[in-house]
Amino acid sequence: MGVGTEAQKYVWEGAIPLQIHLHESEITTLPSPPPALILAPRIGYLPLLVPLIKPYFSSTLPPGSDTVWFDYKGLPLKWYIPTGVLFDLLCMGPERPWNLTSDPVWILQVHFRGYPGDLLSPCEGEESVKWSFINSLKEVEVVMQTHFGNHAKQAAYIINGNCKNVMNMSQPDQLELWRSFSNGNMEGNLRISSKLKLGAVGEESATKVISHHHQQSSSETDFSGPGRTGRIPVRLYIRSIEEDVDDLEDVPHIDSWDRISYLNRPVEMHKDEGKIFTLSDAIKTLLPECFEDEPSIDEEMSRIELEDGAKSPESTLSNKDPENLGSASTEPSEIKLIRIQGIEPKWDIPFSWVVSNLMNPEYYLHICVCIRVAQDPDKIW
Amino acid sequence: MESNLSCVSSMGMGSLSKAIRGYFTSVFSVYKVQRNDRELHLYDLHIVHSSSYRVPVLYFRGYNCEFIFPKDSYGLFLLVDGQPLALDDIKKDLPYHSSKILKDSRWTFMTQEEHPYLNRPWYALHPCGTSDWMKLLFDNEASVTENEEIVQQYLLSWLSVVGQVVGLRTPLEVFSKNTQCHVLF
Repeated sequence: MGVGTEAQKYVWEGAIPLQIHLHESEITTLPSPPPALILAPRIGYLPLLVPLIKPYFSSTLPPGSDTVWFDYKGLPLKWYIPTGVLFDLLCMGPERPWNLTSDPVWILQVHFRGYPGDLLSPCEGEESVKWSFINSLKEVEVVMQTHFGNHAKQAAYIINGNCKNVMNMSQPDQLELWRSFSNGNMEGNLRISSKLKLGAVGEESATKVISHHHQQSSSETDFSGPGRTGRIPVRLYIRSIEEDVDDLEDVPHIDSWDRISYLNRPVEMHKDEGKIFTLSDAIKTLLPECFEDEPSIDEEMSRIELEDGAKSPESTLSNKDPENLGSASTEPSEIKLIRIQGIEPKWDIPFSWVVSNLMNPEYYLHICVCIRVAQDPDKIW
Repeated sequence: MESNLSCVSSMGMGSLSKAIRGYFTSVFSVYKVQRNDRELHLYDLHIVHSSSYRVPVLYFRGYNCEFIFPKDSYGLFLLVDGQPLALDDIKKDLPYHSSKILKDSRWTFMTQEEHPYLNRPWYALHPCGTSDWMKLLFDNEASVTENEEIVQQYLLSWLSVVGQVVGLRTPLEVFSKNTQCHVLF
């Protein structure tokens, strides 16, 4: 069987047209240089584009060494988030290419100086991105190995999960993995990463996709039996809005990463006989408060306990109003949007399909959601 | 170069174990490393539970500070600037064996991570080996989900190992039965 499904090919080939302007403070020549027009792979990362961008601006840069970073309308962009995810999360409306009322590009600014070290982790170009990628793979290996045979034997968090396979990758394999990824070579990349035996997901078609090694491997990674649970690596990016908007194009622009909540938490997938675990079920496990109509008394009590316990350190960190910590919201929050690889899937789509076809090359599924909250978003988390 | 644990924990261990069963663990401590008479490095240490690795992870961030009052009081010191210490500066504060490991495994031992709750770049001790060596310490513990005492012990044992990486000494008194986990010395 060939490596990769048709959907995966689309994911690998997906790209965002970027129009990149040099920040005005760094322009030393007149006339100012025209913007760089770059087609950025969705699954890639902005620092990897620097070799393509730099030639447009090198003659106009001030002297000194480069520390490259990007911003979107003033918001410094986190370089370790895949480009497609940044776009899906930060661009709700007008700039999205298929909106015909405006130019189909994402307009960004690039800086070669003045790296905002208090907001962004340092980036030393390709090496940083590569290691961030490999460390993510390690995390995936750990997430997918740890599972429960049945609830009675549920052991505590002390139990296992190690990232042996990724750690023991040979140098040539590591290099090949990285090269194939940065060259957009899907088949090469899938072939190498399948050696890592990172685990299969749910339905049969998914099993075939990720690795045909798995059909022979032990039952450890076979999640298709009834009553078994799997852990799926998911990164959830949550944008909260307070007012209800009819059109998501009207949501206010994000001026700080503090407005976005990030959850790096595996989804525990339960396989019940006859019931398919859907995307909606997956989001429910990560954001239970969005689906409750009225939280039960017990849940409220434990939520209050948890918040009380956390109150002292947290109150020194943020200006959360202590009076509101215990109050229950009478209205559940409402999910306005779920976006994955630029797609807004139907909520009842089987989650296993979503994972196997829409995950990124490091085996993480990145999900952007926009939720409307009844009260100040800072108080929810 | 002197390194002390200046103060530990604003959260009692009881609620800590509830938090562990939730999604996070946060114990705050402040840790100072004396550079010379006037200057010191101040570190924030946070322990955060990783839902992927299912172990605690040590996050830290350092700052440059200067003393205003004499150093033998716990007097006032000022942040020199808001910028966190870079890895090159942190390296100088590490015990020898750690700085050696850092040299050999540059990208996988101490990693630059965004703090899961504070949304800023911090450093973390990469957790990939943690569950393996914790197993050695806790081989016979069966069910720990409900047993708060074991949770405390787990965390303290973990800290006693991990702390050594950054030069943190966990005093023996902390391991007594009635641990409050407020330690000052």
